[in-house]
Amino acid sequence: MDYFYNNKGVGIVLGLIKTIQDNKDYLSEIDGALGDGDHGINMNKGFTLCKERLTADVTDFSKALKTLGRVLLMEIGGSMGPLYGTFFIEMSKKCADKETIDKNTFKEMIEAALNGISTLGKAKVGDKTLIDTLVPAVEAYNKALAEGKDFSGALIEMKAAAEKGKDSTKDMVAKIGRASRLGERSRGVLDAGSISCYLIIASISDSIKALLES
Amino acid sequence: MQRIINDPDKVVEDMLEGFLKVHKDLVVKTDNPRTIKYKNAPVEGKVGVVTGGGSGHKPAFIGYTGRNMLDAVAVGEVFSSPTAKAFYDAFRAADSGKGVACLYGNYAGDNMNVKMAVDIAEEDGIEVKTVVANDDVASAPITEREKRRGVAGEIFMWKIGGAKAAKGGSLDEVIAAAQKAIDNTRSVGIGLTSCTIPAVGKPNFKIENGTMEVGIGHHGEPGIKVTELKTADEIAQIMLEIILPDYPFVAGDEVAVLLSGLGATPVMELYILYSKVEALLQERGIKVHRSYVGNYFTSLEMMGATLTIMKLDNELKDLLDMEADSIGLKQF
Repeated sequence: MDYFYNNKGVGIVLGLIKTIQDNKDYLSEIDGALGDGDHGINMNKGFTLCKERLTADVTDFSKALKTLGRVLLMEIGGSMGPLYGTFFIEMSKKCADKETIDKNTFKEMIEAALNGISTLGKAKVGDKTLIDTLVPAVEAYNKALAEGKDFSGALIEMKAAAEKGKDSTKDMVAKIGRASRLGERSRGVLDAGSISCYLIIASISDSIKALLES
Repeated sequence: MQRIINDPDKVVEDMLEGFLKVHKDLVVKTDNPRTIKYKNAPVEGKVGVVTGGGSGHKPAFIGYTGRNMLDAVAVGEVFSSPTAKAFYDAFRAADSGKGVACLYGNYAGDNMNVKMAVDIAEEDGIEVKTVVANDDVASAPITEREKRRGVAGEIFMWKIGGAKAAKGGSLDEVIAAAQKAIDNTRSVGIGLTSCTIPAVGKPNFKIENGTMEVGIGHHGEPGIKVTELKTADEIAQIMLEIILPDYPFVAGDEVAVLLSGLGATPVMELYILYSKVEALLQERGIKVHRSYVGNYFTSLEMMGATLTIMKLDNELKDLLDMEADSIGLKQF
């Protein structure tokens, strides 16, 4: 199939939650090198809280995304709460009224997410942030669509570009956020936000692919 | 880590519990555990004055809640912005129907969370206007003042905004007074040691023994330069050389001076430093109208100090001199 049903997509968000929970310590360890070492703790707190809120009446993907977004936005604080909160809420808005989600709807979803996060955080490619993962991922997805690839094919491209983008932060000097205080000292280590963003994109990509193939 | 704590992940909760027990004559909790308010808030007919910020800066931010000061405060994790919800709940706790002035510091997380909270409040019919403090001279050149961080100058902003609101000022008047206060204020910090966030367990950064970092931020953001550790008199000179030309403060000006320790500095040493600061100001023909010396805005257990100077006019003088009752600032 080249689409999936909105009401079959709650599992995608559950998969995201598990991914963050599994990587809690790894994210904190990476963040400890440049930030204050709490990225994993905060992300885990938000995603786990979301799991508690995903009650029986949250029956589709768009509602689950909205629940996740609202928890992050309202209850996590710091910079990551509002940034990822906006990311998921913008995604949910673009599929709220859809029965099925195809590759074009998903394109709108990730573009809206990128747009929301860019407007709020103002980071640019090269600043050593999650934007360095997200921008190439969205670009690769759009390019794959333009080349006529199907939904699964575009998701594979998106995930690969996200991984490359994440790795690109290693040689960067942080220009924004808390790590920017370290100046040159921030070079040589991956940015924790770019890793969590990669984990999120990879998890969504894998889950949707599995749904499309089922 | 040599610290008096229980669970390092719960220091904010544990601190608030104690804080509310001690200061129940001034401060009470709200339905949000991360929002506290002045016991009489919302004060009938008065514009609400709100701030919020990360924890670890005691007595800032919550310690400035009180009469003629802040009405409600959003509380974040250590060195991390409060949530949008905590800010929003602070707006609700402070609003008597006359609107809310949110006076906070220029940090990425705070900017985002305040913006979200303001949007939600607007939907609910609460009018909120903001002033963003950017008094830290060392954090960006004057041409990029909008990038500068807010530090101890926020205390003057709260004092002035709080007083203007208490005198019956409208929301626009409170915002204008608070904006003037921060526009007239310049700060600089020096750091002699690092600090450790309990949940992290190791120092955030490093300052070698025998050196000091000039221009350091309130969370250890790098300053302008690292030099050998100087005497108090020399430090006073260095700090004033950074602050005075930036505004600039000149002969004939009347100013308020605030010298805050960063957490580990003996107050005795703050007085040693202050003495030279005032002498140097006097030499330049700048008159000190009021001065505040002590732990007003700290950074956990960092050793060092922040010097803040605000130029006064008649309005600011009048508002600064008004009575105030809060834990961090009492003036009768």
